[in-house]
Amino acid sequence: MTLRLLEGSAAIAESAIVAGCRFFAGYPMSPFTGLLENMSHQLPAAGGVFLNAESEIEGVNMALGAAAAGARAATGSCGQGIALMQETIAEAALNQTPIVVFNMARNQQDYFQCTRGGGWGDYRTITLAPKDIPEAVEHTQLLFHLADKHRAPTILYGDPLIAQTRVGVDMRPLDFGPLPPKDWALDGTGGGTGRSRQVWTWAMGKATDPGPGPDRHWRAVGEKFDAIAAVEARHEQSGVDDAETVVVAFGSAAKFVEYVVAELRADGHRVGWFRPVTLWPFPGAALERATTQAKNVLVFELNAGQMLDDVRMHAADRGAVRFIGGVSIAESGLAYGDLLDAPVIRQRILDEIEERTA
Amino acid sequence: MTTIDTSQPPTQPARKVADFKPSLLLGEHSLCPGCGEPVALRVLLEVLQELDIVQRTIGVVGHGCYGSFVRIMDIDVLQCLHGRAPACATGIKRVRPDCAVFTMQGDGDMANEGLQEVLHAAARGEKITCVMLNNGVFGDTGGQQTATTVLGQRTKTSLEGRNAETHGYPIPVAELVAGLRGAAYVARTAVSTAAGVAQTKRTLRRAFEVQLSGAGFGLVEILTMCPTGWFVPTAEGPDYLTGSLEQAYPLGELVSP
Repeated sequence: MTLRLLEGSAAIAESAIVAGCRFFAGYPMSPFTGLLENMSHQLPAAGGVFLNAESEIEGVNMALGAAAAGARAATGSCGQGIALMQETIAEAALNQTPIVVFNMARNQQDYFQCTRGGGWGDYRTITLAPKDIPEAVEHTQLLFHLADKHRAPTILYGDPLIAQTRVGVDMRPLDFGPLPPKDWALDGTGGGTGRSRQVWTWAMGKATDPGPGPDRHWRAVGEKFDAIAAVEARHEQSGVDDAETVVVAFGSAAKFVEYVVAELRADGHRVGWFRPVTLWPFPGAALERATTQAKNVLVFELNAGQMLDDVRMHAADRGAVRFIGGVSIAESGLAYGDLLDAPVIRQRILDEIEERTA
Repeated sequence: MTTIDTSQPPTQPARKVADFKPSLLLGEHSLCPGCGEPVALRVLLEVLQELDIVQRTIGVVGHGCYGSFVRIMDIDVLQCLHGRAPACATGIKRVRPDCAVFTMQGDGDMANEGLQEVLHAAARGEKITCVMLNNGVFGDTGGQQTATTVLGQRTKTSLEGRNAETHGYPIPVAELVAGLRGAAYVARTAVSTAAGVAQTKRTLRRAFEVQLSGAGFGLVEILTMCPTGWFVPTAEGPDYLTGSLEQAYPLGELVSP
């Protein structure tokens, strides 16, 4: 294994290209900007196409077009830029175009828009939330695989720590298994055959070969996401078997929680941690098992309480769920604020333990 | 003078108009009587056949009455969100540079919701052909004002007629695009007369030839009748077009290599 010191944005760009990404279009918005710049440098050299889109809306639609034509294609942004893309992300879910969206977010306030989406229709977006750069490199390749496997848009939920810090990275292609052929992709060869292809949210087919139409198509898409939810949920946990207190966190915040919980366990506290790796599908069944004997289920996330909803839905005892996170953003608006700090997290966990045992 | 010998059976069976339809048409359109859009579709498909590019053409269709054409055109199609066709077509063309890629949009789709897309695609010189079916009204939703509704035209959202003070001025899309350096071919035609239909076909052919030559972006703005959305009798559609839209939007080639 050879480690190379890479900034997260450069590592993710390289991993995307290793995964076969050959089209990227985007619009700058920090901390996503670094990924955009790296794609503009690396992708043309790899024989791919990079485009400076006129806005996030066109960026995601260019990616949709490229993906509909069979290429592995991606875009990205953060915060309000992802909000602008929501109509198209929903469209990609409904017309079953596999695009990858890199949400290199400012903080953790994008949970709702990643997992619930803001677009129209009965759809979900597979969302992976790496805790650090090496995992983001792995997730990047996995997201292209999952997008193609399920013909659905997928989202990487990164943050400033993942985009803008450096670590040693082991960059190599990962094999996630075989994929179905892209026989649905538009290449023009269907013309005049009577069996020309369509990528169409309404799925009405041709006059001579009618499709399922919106009613049956949208039901089938909904059922597809149910099936994805049953097989793609991923999580990590530690110390939950004997834990009176389970701390739930995702992304970079989960890495801090992991550290703090290890400290607390060394001090004799019966504490464990649980990390959803996929935010959607949320690993609800696993969380229920992990919290069966917990008196405290503490949610630490850097927002006003978004994943909190999912934890409340799935914890074994929803009365045990307490929120110990909060909005925390630096004055610049581009980095985490004071809450993402091990002593602060430690104190918040201890306060809850003492309150429950008092 | 040609005389017809009726003493012998005809050497060829009698041909009906339907026999002339391009084989890429898979069925009847479902639009209103007097609509200009099916005529534009027909000549577009004829051009693809005549240029022998049917099996390397990808269409990107927006949202309007013409959206129903996806069901009857026998070519590979992405049906995209309202206004986004030039962006989607950009993505397709960039990864499939050997394909002929065109968009089919209305004035609502291109001049209202998607003006940014078409202008930037033109400025980038994308090697695609954008086709705008301009009838100056939102036809699919029943006749509301679009960006290209001409001054004085009555619509359901400008009942007294469009006036500049309240509703602003119409947007001439072809002229806007023609002002951008990436635009290699820009023309405006109308399908309100037989000559206009023939000119539209020649224009579309030229536009696709320019695309295939790699010269840059192409736009063909086609003025189409919408008697339903104009609230005029079906038969008066062509004359209404000549007296209203065509006065505001002069026909002809604006940019050609």
